[in-house]
Amino acid sequence: MTVAAEILRRTPLYALHLELGGKMVPFAGYEMPVQYPTGILKEHLHTREKAGLFDVSHMGQGFLAGDTGALEQLTPADVAGLQEGMQRYGLLLTDAGTIKDDFMFSRLAGESDLYLVVNAGTKEGDFAYIGEALTGKAKLTPRFDRALLALQGPLAAQVLERHSPGISNLTFMKVVRATVAGAPAIISRTGYTGEDGFEISIEGGDAERVARALLGESEVLPIGLGARDSLRLEAGLCLYGHDIDESRNPAQANLMWSIGKRRKEAKDFPGAASIVGVAQAIKRVGIRPEGRAPAREGAEIADKSGRVIGKVTSGGFGPSLNAPVAMGYVESAFAADGTQIDLLVRGKALPAVVSPTPFVPHNYRRPTK
Amino acid sequence: MSDVRYTDQHEWIRLDGDEATVGITKFAAESLGDVVFVELPAGGKVVKAGGEAAVVESVKAASDIYAPAGGTVTSVNTALEKEPSKVNEDPEGAGWFFKLTLSDKSELARLMDAAAYAKFVESL
Repeated sequence: MTVAAEILRRTPLYALHLELGGKMVPFAGYEMPVQYPTGILKEHLHTREKAGLFDVSHMGQGFLAGDTGALEQLTPADVAGLQEGMQRYGLLLTDAGTIKDDFMFSRLAGESDLYLVVNAGTKEGDFAYIGEALTGKAKLTPRFDRALLALQGPLAAQVLERHSPGISNLTFMKVVRATVAGAPAIISRTGYTGEDGFEISIEGGDAERVARALLGESEVLPIGLGARDSLRLEAGLCLYGHDIDESRNPAQANLMWSIGKRRKEAKDFPGAASIVGVAQAIKRVGIRPEGRAPAREGAEIADKSGRVIGKVTSGGFGPSLNAPVAMGYVESAFAADGTQIDLLVRGKALPAVVSPTPFVPHNYRRPTK
Repeated sequence: MSDVRYTDQHEWIRLDGDEATVGITKFAAESLGDVVFVELPAGGKVVKAGGEAAVVESVKAASDIYAPAGGTVTSVNTALEKEPSKVNEDPEGAGWFFKLTLSDKSELARLMDAAAYAKFVESL
């Protein structure tokens, strides 16, 4: 007797991934390309140098209608104060104030609904949680049928401009309805690589045509999940389920910047009393191993006397740094940048230093003041 | 005359006189993806057939490299410390891992020859 394999879902670009030679792996319930024949290292470097196209259609999109400000019951982000045409990063919290997910929310110009994007592996749970908590106030409509493409890299704007004239005027964290290659789209100047770039939400049926149009540009290569992970790690961005989860709160996760000022003052979100202004036993930190050996997720972190003081939650090799990078949680006394620590890898103590993130400077196109 | 043998863990071993050279196959290198770090055994280390002898880290993950046959490590490919990408570029040549004096040459007979290994890879 054999155990039936998990039934994996496919994005609208599945056939294109195969055509491009994508190496498909199970990820968050989907068959996704971990890399293309270019390979993770070159895909990573290409994105930092030119432009890369990512299929992130597995992520959970949806629209919240009604009293959208009621979302503040579940997130410490400032939802009510989000201006039209802007996107914002938020944390979805449990009743106890720990992190149920992280997500992006947008207020499109002239529209009353909020556009949400949550993580792939958590989307069903998140939407049920939000829908139930806001019953009678707001209604959440999942649009898991929509596709989401990310075009990232320093040349992303000039490439996208050819297919969506005027889009290069959009600045970081802004969002707009536009057309791309003739398809109606929601385009934001955001991403998960630390580079300038865009996330492009389109109807599933338009996805292949838009992707082919962008891939037809000489600056653009398709990029898989492997490079997506190394890019976001170098950029110091958290991966849900690894660097943040329901065992951590926003203060421990060093994500207090995502909490609105008004919300911090009002302390009107789940767990606020144990988060705002309260010393935490552990902190998320960036880590630079001193040698060339990467320390992976799960590696123990020790102080110089050998006492275990934490654990690596993401770790690998940073192709742009040509060096290993990691992040993890340590006892707060060891969280200051420059603190010497050891990472326990295969029974050996590898020297490392607590380091500021991002490891590679962000290259966002912020508005000029 | 040299004879290359292969393990089902995708290591190769080539015997030249009394000394054997060990590395990973082209198939293994391609499966691992870009190699970014290789942890080599210390010279003089005694390894058993099938025992852990080295570690190779790609951008994706860490993988153990097992000794195809037992023996004593005589030298390691220190060039891999600076240029781990040699494992991808030339896995069955310049990307070798370590050399061994074998404790029992007959252990090689249990390993696959090139034709058997090619067939094995095809079956995967």
